Amino acid sequence: MQVFFLLEQVVNGLVLGGYYLLIALGLSLIFSVGGVVNLAHGAFYALGAYISLEIAKVLGFGAGAALSPIAVALLGMLFERFLLRRFYAADPILSLLVTFGLALIVEQAIRMIWGAAPLPASMPAGLKGPVILGEFMFSRYRLLLLAVVAVVLAGIWFLIHRTSFGRVVRAGIQRPDMVAALGIRLQPYMTTIVMLGVGMAALGGALFAPITVVHPAMGAEIIIVAFVVVVIGGLGSFWGVVLAAFLVGVVRGVTIHFVPAAGEASMYVLMFLVLMFRPRGLLGERIEKFE
Amino acid sequence: MIDKKAERVSGPSAGRRQLLQGGVAGALALAFPAIVRSQSDKIKIGHLTPLTGFLGALGEYAVMGIKIATEEINKAGGVMGRQLDVMTEDSVNPATASTKAQRMLDQDGATVLMGEINSASAKTIMQVAARNKRLFLQVGARSDVLRGADCNRYTFHVDIPVTVMVNAAGQALLRDGLVKGKRYFSLTADYLFGHDLAKGVKNFFTANGGSQIGDELIATDVTDFSPYLLKIRQARPDVVASNLAGNQVTNFVKQYAEFGLSYPIAGFNLNTADAWAAGDGNLAGIWPTVWHHELDTPGSKAFVAEFRRRYGKPPENHAWIEYVSLKIMAQAMNATKSTDTEKLIAYFESQAEFDILKARKGYFRSWDHQLMQEAYPFTVKPKGQAKDKWDFLQFGTAIPAPNQPLELIATTKEQNTCKM
Repeated sequence: MQVFFLLEQVVNGLVLGGYYLLIALGLSLIFSVGGVVNLAHGAFYALGAYISLEIAKVLGFGAGAALSPIAVALLGMLFERFLLRRFYAADPILSLLVTFGLALIVEQAIRMIWGAAPLPASMPAGLKGPVILGEFMFSRYRLLLLAVVAVVLAGIWFLIHRTSFGRVVRAGIQRPDMVAALGIRLQPYMTTIVMLGVGMAALGGALFAPITVVHPAMGAEIIIVAFVVVVIGGLGSFWGVVLAAFLVGVVRGVTIHFVPAAGEASMYVLMFLVLMFRPRGLLGERIEKFE
Repeated sequence: MIDKKAERVSGPSAGRRQLLQGGVAGALALAFPAIVRSQSDKIKIGHLTPLTGFLGALGEYAVMGIKIATEEINKAGGVMGRQLDVMTEDSVNPATASTKAQRMLDQDGATVLMGEINSASAKTIMQVAARNKRLFLQVGARSDVLRGADCNRYTFHVDIPVTVMVNAAGQALLRDGLVKGKRYFSLTADYLFGHDLAKGVKNFFTANGGSQIGDELIATDVTDFSPYLLKIRQARPDVVASNLAGNQVTNFVKQYAEFGLSYPIAGFNLNTADAWAAGDGNLAGIWPTVWHHELDTPGSKAFVAEFRRRYGKPPENHAWIEYVSLKIMAQAMNATKSTDTEKLIAYFESQAEFDILKARKGYFRSWDHQLMQEAYPFTVKPKGQAKDKWDFLQFGTAIPAPNQPLELIATTKEQNTCKM
């Protein structure tokens, strides 16, 4: 029985990992291509949740979850075009400060527009409830969420590894100077990457709104986990982030099973251990510009 | 929040700026002596409450409530003819709360201190009050320890403590047969208040023939409860007890509904804002409350109407409690014709009665300084019966009953270790 309970936590951790992945993958892409740690990533996640609720009021839950990432991606375009672009070549501390400042501004703006009190959010009644498979219990909604993550993941993988767009992006991660020498401007690619990244974060916010508290500081809560996942996974590696997200979810679940009080600390211990033995993260590639 | 102190010392030209400010202030004092004098005539109240973090949403309601009370009092001529000036700041965390409280007394001219929701921050402000021998009206923190082992004669507590919440929800649980012979599994907020609540809940179940089969401590920033929900299902309890706080409660009930667990919930702490944030069809169980906007008294109705007029939504219990707390403070100052700490303490300890917009008036019990007042259990209305998104709580009848003493649901002298 004990083994079964543990297995249930492992599977549940994998589901949770899928949700972390949605936030972390964009963070990793933006960092890999632009060399910028986007501390405002959580703010886009929060905006995704809030905007989805506004859309859902008129068009329903599904439309909210589908349209809010698009709206946030457009905001992301402005963010890249007018702010982030200025800091690719600058001292990393500047982009850290700018994105951190933006995160604070967005959080306060949300507080001014929607109030500090959390907003109510529910899923359609049909999605609620458990799915019982043998002895395992899953949340029906989270299984759906996992399916959405799988589709998004497949799409991103295809884009990066099987298209000419992806070839330029991958080349840009490793040798931006060579890409420039070939006469290709990286900037439009970077705009697209930022739009995809923050769009995914917004999708995470919209999908998690029905099962978590929608409040102004929700972005600050998620950015740390996302950052830990990126560090554990390693920069520049698509599969590294995927692996790390699932690992963090599972380690948290298993830790809560055995030592509940250490549950929230587990991911930091994991990060510590990984960095001790693999300073570039699990599958991190050697990227010359960051060495 | 503007931190005046930090602003003053910042910048390379602080010296010159100070000189300028001083000069301007001096010139103004010469030009408008009357204005300057009326400024210093105000009764200043240092008000600290969490505006950010996991209790920030409640703090926002607290500020709305005290604003209405301030304006009403000032419009009616103030206190002893002097206007009230409530200086509100974000208490942030226990360490910052105590620093700010000390600064408010030392530099900002605060006569008394008020506020708080976070029990840990309330504790540090209480220490500041005792050290400076100044009054602290502790409005919204609910830990028993503050009124017990940590009590001091400079602090009075308005909100219902853990014991009262457990008794209020407990009466309804006993009525529904959810205690005797039942095995319960609890989730507990991992800080001062949560630990205190868990202790009270355990005592209640043990005293009434129930038993605990599991208790998980949950960090205050946890947003995903799924591993804990699995553990609950694995333990197969009869009742799930929630000793959570703030956003935790909302996260918990939303995910409990998401996973479709069917064990009845015995909730021991819920603020109306957390319930509203849960969203349609997510909240279940039996919970206690100190006040609710549907309370049918003339005073409450008038307050709710005024609050709705201003903010377009009904008040949360923290808005109500800040509103009545300032009225309590004003009544004490008017009655003693003084802002002197000792006189105010003597007035409160005389067990003077205060209109707190409930059916029965409240009073501070002299030996442990807690406000004796009614509390209420509530359940959730069946689906389809809610009139609007604010209206899904089925408000229970007040305890204690009208013919019983208010002290019935509070800690007894044997249970409470408070020594002033």
